Amino acid sequence: MSGQRIYRGHKGPGKAVSGAALVASDNFSARYDLDLTKGIFSRPAHKLVGESYVGKVLILNIAKGGVATAWMLREMVQSGRAPVALILNYANPIMGQGAAFADLPLIDRFDEDITKAIATGEHVHVDPAAGTLTVGPA
Amino acid sequence: MKLDDNQQAMLAGAQGPARRYAMEQIVKVGSFFDAEDCVAVSQVHLMADPEALGPSGVDFLESLARLPEADRRVRIPSITDPRGVDFDAYKRLGQTDAMADLERRATAAFEALGFMMTNTCINYQSVIPPVKGEHIAFGDTGSSIYANSVLGARTNFEGGPSALAAALTGYTPRYGYHLDRHRRGSSLFEITDRPRDLAEWGALGGIVGRAMSSYWEVPVLTGLTAPITSDEIKQFGAALASFGSTPLFHMVGVTPEAPSLGAVFDGPLPKARRISRADIDTLIASYTPKDDKLDVVVFAGPQLSLFEMQMLANCMAGKRVSKDVTLLATTSPDIKAAADRMGLTATIEGAGGTVLSGVCFYQMYAREIGAANGWKRLMSNSAKLVNILGGYGYEPMLASMEQCVDSAVAGRIVGAGA
Repeated sequence: MSGQRIYRGHKGPGKAVSGAALVASDNFSARYDLDLTKGIFSRPAHKLVGESYVGKVLILNIAKGGVATAWMLREMVQSGRAPVALILNYANPIMGQGAAFADLPLIDRFDEDITKAIATGEHVHVDPAAGTLTVGPA
Repeated sequence: MKLDDNQQAMLAGAQGPARRYAMEQIVKVGSFFDAEDCVAVSQVHLMADPEALGPSGVDFLESLARLPEADRRVRIPSITDPRGVDFDAYKRLGQTDAMADLERRATAAFEALGFMMTNTCINYQSVIPPVKGEHIAFGDTGSSIYANSVLGARTNFEGGPSALAAALTGYTPRYGYHLDRHRRGSSLFEITDRPRDLAEWGALGGIVGRAMSSYWEVPVLTGLTAPITSDEIKQFGAALASFGSTPLFHMVGVTPEAPSLGAVFDGPLPKARRISRADIDTLIASYTPKDDKLDVVVFAGPQLSLFEMQMLANCMAGKRVSKDVTLLATTSPDIKAAADRMGLTATIEGAGGTVLSGVCFYQMYAREIGAANGWKRLMSNSAKLVNILGGYGYEPMLASMEQCVDSAVAGRIVGAGA
């Protein structure tokens, strides 16, 4: 089977980007889950513990935790240790606000569980203005 | 989004770059959540500790602080969440001059913008509690959930950049919990056993929070009756918001929007999920460490109210904390001043504890100070704190205030379940 798979979600902030997917059916908080200095997931209970999110299209379930992520996404982008895009089943206001402030591409609200639809390592093209993810060969 | 003439003018830059940034943020976020327009808000509670801000966030604040006064001052009363550094204590805790410097710069920038540095997460207890129906922009999960649930005010989680935008304009996008339709109950929990202390109230909040599947889910609880105190419902809500990332709950017969089940549910009720003593015990037991070693005891998450400070002083009076354990209690600057005046601080510190002012624990570069002090094993009566600190390299244990104090005195974990 050749060709691409396209997933449609809600329009979001940020520009179109591409990258390798890092996927888990787990949730996301920049303060609770990440070691920003090392660029990895550090919360022991997280499914991605030990994995680097730098340069990845990070695909997770929902936002959990507090409000710090609203500031932290831009700091991550500015420091050069950030995902290239954030894809969630449901972004909460903190994720929306943080992605807007950081100009980090963010798309959520797909028709299916996006963490089950895409596998780690797949090449993903993210177009927030269109609200689409395109997976597979360009 | 429909913008009025004033909002259009700000977006176009007619009132300077700070207000243009603010309206851009409002429009980006509003569009993301399909807001029809903006709502005027009456007060702002902003979270911006230096660990969250980072150097780039502080640079951003300073760029606004350098603008002419007319272009940079907040339009509505705006207050702050805890800082990351207590300047009287930071060296003792192992925080660095670099951290203190970032904090000084951030504070100076906020003051230039006209923020009142209240440095507290319990503004709803100790500064200005909002009233029912009041539209506000609160940026602390604990203050948002308390304002929405216990007081019937209306806010989304307004993270730093959006709280700042609300302060600079007096508006926020009208979506989410500003709208009647989002405040209806979604799920139903029947509580069979009343929590016995603040740790158990937090554990209950954590259990409900873990069950939340999105920001938009509104849990409704039955089985708990008034009177419930502000501190009890504060612990419950802070844990629920932290574990679950949700800003509104209803407690039938307790919270103002839920005099009855019919008041918050339309149509047939969802199936009730029962939460019992066994569930509370299970959550608490999940944090039981493998031995009785103890490094630090922390009362924070949220900051302590005046009544909690008195409770702690009563617990500690006449006792002495082991030299091998550090005991920290955090509160707001206003409450610390009162506690100083009333002799509560003297009692706590006379027993070997340290009272920190204007900070909370996990916002204080907790990973770094843990490493600097060799703190791994931690006890607290805050479920919220215990939930967060696992990701910061700690082995946390949740226990009552009494058990925490007894353990600090013994120099190791003692008491029920130890």
